[in-house]
Amino acid sequence: MGRAFVLAFLLLLAAAAWGREAAPAAENPQLEQRMMALAAELRCLVCQNQSIADSNADLAKDLRQQIREKLAQGQSEGDIIDYLVARYGDFVLYRPPFKLTTLALWLGPLILLVAGLIALFYRLARRRAAAEVELSEAERARAALLLGSPDEVDQR
Amino acid sequence: MIPEFGQFALALAFTIALVLGILPLVGAVRGDSAWMSLARPAAQGQLVFVAIAFGCLTYAFVTNDFTVAYVANNSNSKLPLVYRIAGVWGGHEGSLLLWMLMLSLWMVAVTVFSRYLPEEMVARVLGVMGLVSVGFLAFMLFTSNPFDRLLPAPPDGRDLNPLLQDPGMVLHPPMLYMGYVGFSVAFAFAIAALISGRLDAAWARWSRPWTTVAWAFLTLGIALGSAWAYYELGWGGWWFWDPVENSSFMPWLIGTALIHSLAVTEKRGSFRSWTVLLAIFTFAFSLLGTFLVRSGVLTSVHAFASDPRRGIFILGFLALVIGGSLALFAWRTSRVGLGGSFDLVSRESMLLTNNVLLAVACGSVMLGTLYPLVLEVLGLGKISVGSPYFDTVFVPLMAPALFLMGVGPIARWKKASLPELAVRLRWAFAVSLAAALLLPFTLGSWKPLVSFGLMLALWIVAASAVSLRDRVRHAATGGNAWRRLTGTSRTFYGMVLAHVGMAVFVVGVTLVKGYESEKDVRMETGDTVEIGGYTFRFDGVAQVAGPNYKAARATMQVTKNGKSVVTLYPEKRIYAVQPNPMTEAAIDPGFTRDLYVALGDELNPTTWVVRVHHKPFVSWIWGGWLLMALGGLLAASDRRYRVAARGRREEQYAAAARGPQTVPASVKANA
Repeated sequence: MGRAFVLAFLLLLAAAAWGREAAPAAENPQLEQRMMALAAELRCLVCQNQSIADSNADLAKDLRQQIREKLAQGQSEGDIIDYLVARYGDFVLYRPPFKLTTLALWLGPLILLVAGLIALFYRLARRRAAAEVELSEAERARAALLLGSPDEVDQR
Repeated sequence: MIPEFGQFALALAFTIALVLGILPLVGAVRGDSAWMSLARPAAQGQLVFVAIAFGCLTYAFVTNDFTVAYVANNSNSKLPLVYRIAGVWGGHEGSLLLWMLMLSLWMVAVTVFSRYLPEEMVARVLGVMGLVSVGFLAFMLFTSNPFDRLLPAPPDGRDLNPLLQDPGMVLHPPMLYMGYVGFSVAFAFAIAALISGRLDAAWARWSRPWTTVAWAFLTLGIALGSAWAYYELGWGGWWFWDPVENSSFMPWLIGTALIHSLAVTEKRGSFRSWTVLLAIFTFAFSLLGTFLVRSGVLTSVHAFASDPRRGIFILGFLALVIGGSLALFAWRTSRVGLGGSFDLVSRESMLLTNNVLLAVACGSVMLGTLYPLVLEVLGLGKISVGSPYFDTVFVPLMAPALFLMGVGPIARWKKASLPELAVRLRWAFAVSLAAALLLPFTLGSWKPLVSFGLMLALWIVAASAVSLRDRVRHAATGGNAWRRLTGTSRTFYGMVLAHVGMAVFVVGVTLVKGYESEKDVRMETGDTVEIGGYTFRFDGVAQVAGPNYKAARATMQVTKNGKSVVTLYPEKRIYAVQPNPMTEAAIDPGFTRDLYVALGDELNPTTWVVRVHHKPFVSWIWGGWLLMALGGLLAASDRRYRVAARGRREEQYAAAARGPQTVPASVKANA
């Protein structure tokens, strides 16, 4: 009995010295995770260029709380985005919506890539068709002279 | 008195730049060697006066001369000395002065290291840089004078933005500007070559080390900026796709394309017009970056429109530089030969494909950065473009580029065969695939994206190893392994190092994205939180006073399996003059993980919100960039850039300069 008491006391002491596991800042960590994931894609409207997840501004805190509440009420991410866009416009979205005015934004990189590759292969093909350039010999001689080491120019 | 002295020095530098931007260029056209010989002393004189101006502004900062408006806006008498000095480039006007100082330094470097270049070339290169100086000095003198007086003087300054009071501020802008401005040398060489109509291997060889050094500085500058954002902003991110970051990233992307294209032009004489175009655009993007950051257009289109003088000046300057260069390009480029021919499958074509990918990546970053501005100006609504967009667009473009990084160095110049490449790379491929599939299990859970990222990184490393082995095996020097190793050029080792650096970076990004974890907790004194196998114990908060701020400093004991690891002291600071709370995260950096603690809000005197992060391999991100920069510097120090310079003679150049038809008979015989 005495021994058990001492053991219990020691455990208590250890726990006191070691502290307890800290409570999550949020009441519902899973909900919090969903909220932060959504907030990371939304712009804090009064900040320089920060997401609602990252900002400490009052507006961002307020919006985080609103998102939390709406998620808790069972609204989906899409509903909340619609609500925020209706209130603040597309400016609030870091992932711009796909619509007429953003067509060039979303398709631009793809168009650039395709155009770049087509131009590249067209030129390469045309280049091969153009005869092997003979003048490169004279040029190479000149380059060799300028660089002072003929062997190096030929080095592959 | 001292500020007026600085102002006067600036005006003198402007006059010298005008002389430098006109006489040597005219002299080169007329073959007047007296006019051409003005270039070097003028460039050196310009540096002297810009340095005097810079010294005067620094003096005003150090002595707290708040009669100077710029000092009053960006400093404070309580600001520690080192930040008063760094405060010189803490705002718009001083940044421009730093830009000018860097440009003048690069110009003097050209005068020093170009002793063996033809006089005509030096005159043209320095002349073009002189014209750039004219633009920037005029900009400072007419729209952004750092020496403007503020009378009556305020009792004290408005202080440097607390975010900027950090060692990062001392190093990051000078490095970044060294890179930005360094590309002006590549630009000047390109323009000089266009004017003379001679774009050849020699031109490529001259501009290559300059470009590589500038690129290395820019790489370092970006890495420093990213590391700074990581520890200073307090939420553990390392890249935010912020327009200001993008402004430095665009010249980096296109500059990376340039250094690869220059390599081909030097070795094979191909891609000349493309290389010149890249040199022009690299510098143009440096200017665009300066414009975006400095004109205020990013903060608010409306603020920009209400005081448009600065913006319009830079925009006009930008239009002049780009338009003029492109006109010159269009006029001259028809004379440029094609150079050595090559097959559809060859190292050349792979480098070109990589060039296209880098250029498209740069174009996409530009699109995402400028699109919201354009929409707003056109009245089509306000949108935001942030990391979700850039991540979506950027990763698919970079993945094939990373893959080609492995193949390119193995492929032969001129004509490569796919079956042969497959045979030479099959082990590299097998090893990287197998390791990428298995490694994630040792790190926790298997994730497809982690495997994919590791696969690309390992592929680059394995393929680099293959290319190193082949290179050493076929070294021209022959002899034993050591002689072959030392006989291989530094450009080659530099390339391998930079490529491995890229792989290291990819590993860092992949693992930190895949396995980082964070916890947001409310902690009372004595509470603990566990993350990534580490236990953090919160030992309360003490009030401490800094030189110009007050801080709440928490003590966090970190242990792993009961053993003490480190004690961290995250802070929340309130600066005296600009009283927004600043989060000073505490970080325990490590080779395989960083522990990152940031103090949140105070709930009551003993309870705080604390955010702890466990970030595996995050330091590899900057380690990779450091390796890339070192690779660049190693390549630029290659022997042949010095030896070749010494062996060159001006008369020979002058003779050869008249064109391919007039190569002296002796040379033809030689060839």
